[in-house]
Amino acid sequence: MKTLLPNLAPLLVVLFCLGCCACLRKSMETASGASIQNSGSDTMVNVAQAWAEEYARIEPGNSVEVSGGGSGTGIAALINGTVDIVNSSRKMEAGERIKAKQSRGIDPKEFIVGYDALAVYVHRANPLDEITLDQIGDIYREHGAVQRWSHLGVSIPGCKDGEIILVSRQSNSGTYHYFREAVVGKKSDFKLGSLDLHGSKDVVELIGRTPCAIGYSGMGYATHEVKMLRVARKQGDPAFPPRPETTLTRQYPIARPLYLYTAGEPPPHVRKYLDWILSPAGQKIVTESGYVALPQSSVEK
Amino acid sequence: MISERAMETLIRLCGFSTILFIFAIFFFVFREGSGFLFTGFRPLEFFFSPQWYPTSQSNVRYGALALIAGTAGVTVMSMMFAVPFGLGAAIFLSEFCGPRVRETLKVTIELLAAIPSVVWGFIGLTIMNSLIIQIFGAPIGLTVLNGGLILALMSVPIIVSVGEDALKAVPDSYREAAMALGATRWQMVWRVLLPAARNGLLAAVLLGVGRAIGETMAVLMATGHAVRIPVSPLDPVRTLTATIAAELGEAPVHSEHYQVLFLIGILLFTITFAVNLIADLVVKGVRGQS
Repeated sequence: MKTLLPNLAPLLVVLFCLGCCACLRKSMETASGASIQNSGSDTMVNVAQAWAEEYARIEPGNSVEVSGGGSGTGIAALINGTVDIVNSSRKMEAGERIKAKQSRGIDPKEFIVGYDALAVYVHRANPLDEITLDQIGDIYREHGAVQRWSHLGVSIPGCKDGEIILVSRQSNSGTYHYFREAVVGKKSDFKLGSLDLHGSKDVVELIGRTPCAIGYSGMGYATHEVKMLRVARKQGDPAFPPRPETTLTRQYPIARPLYLYTAGEPPPHVRKYLDWILSPAGQKIVTESGYVALPQSSVEK
Repeated sequence: MISERAMETLIRLCGFSTILFIFAIFFFVFREGSGFLFTGFRPLEFFFSPQWYPTSQSNVRYGALALIAGTAGVTVMSMMFAVPFGLGAAIFLSEFCGPRVRETLKVTIELLAAIPSVVWGFIGLTIMNSLIIQIFGAPIGLTVLNGGLILALMSVPIIVSVGEDALKAVPDSYREAAMALGATRWQMVWRVLLPAARNGLLAAVLLGVGRAIGETMAVLMATGHAVRIPVSPLDPVRTLTATIAAELGEAPVHSEHYQVLFLIGILLFTITFAVNLIADLVVKGVRGQS
């Protein structure tokens, strides 16, 4: 017993410390009026950062902290209670709303803050100019028939092999989810073997360096090394390029609204920020970032 | 003036806490992932199906074969480069070079170890990518080869450090005896030193393997993150570690997807444990023979 206690004491100290750490529950409360946590979609991270900077300029004392991580990551953070506003480039799913209700009793409130067209990018040297939704679906869908550029009737200088290299996004991305819903089909899945990249910009950069590649990303990310295909809804329909005009009229088939979500009715300082985003000043930033602003006639309450 | 007792207690605390932390980590990972083990886990699908669709709306499948093949492929490729270069460098540093060259080389190799892994990933994503496309004419440079090269460069410093220590630990009497019997330098290294330092060199290689299996950021960026079983070194792949890094953020806490990702963590733990255990047994066996 004499030798047991001195040996046991350090062990007990360490156990006690670990126990304390395990029991601590950190409650996330936003500081009143001082800081707004904003995370989510990588597609929207640039425009969110631009909003935050402009807002900090006109309302000093308020800071908005912006981070990316993907729409899925942001929504998970909303469910866990670690962010005030979530950017999402896809609609929140029924399952996620149920989870939010169950785990924190919240009913997420949705705000539409702009529109984005999802462009289909290929390398600048690719002779293809137009494509239909069905063809894109066959390229990307599991068990889809199109696997080589020859199936589409093109041969690309610089692409010896002829195999289509699919560039996609990781599954935490709202762009990924929206593309699955709009093109691949909710009942199907993506083909395995696509290169799943982290961000919207990465997709375009990779395609710019890879003649055999095809990929999808927001239209605001275009560079000189790539080209955006015109998309037709069906074979025989006119094909439209991704532009603000074709996005608003829904002529371009792969266009989506950009969402902001809060946990229920937002507190006054967050509400003020949201109202500013929906105002002409905030919408001007949306246009400058390469997206499509809300038409003047529809303003969210 | 700290008393003797206090120092002893402090050191004992450090010793105990290491064991405690390992157990705590294992307990945490197991607790988060084990829920799925008992409800709906299909081992045949998990280990033998390449179809990884955790976020499917229609048909959720958790087949990790492609991910395991990715980790294995990249690790094997990296060891194919790292072991000859690493051991060769260790032998050179220990036996063949003069003291000034040795100091310079050691500093350089340690600098290699100090480069953060995300920087290595970036190098793989930009420089190696273009190089592989140019040299091999491959359609894309984010491949097993790219990941393997980057991991080799990351593992070499460990293999060199530990390997050189192992060779230094061989007593000089061995070297003198070999020279006295008329052996050339290389014969001495090949036939006397390497067999004598076998344990340490094996430990060095296994530390390198451990580094390669556990690396996340560099392979996430350099391998293309594509779910497919590689058939050639010029195929893009995805590793187990990169999958956890990319998907854990969006998996709602305690959902099935979340638990499966922790299961992958358990799998990684098990693989590393098995590698270390085999190493231990081989080393013991080797010691038993000699």
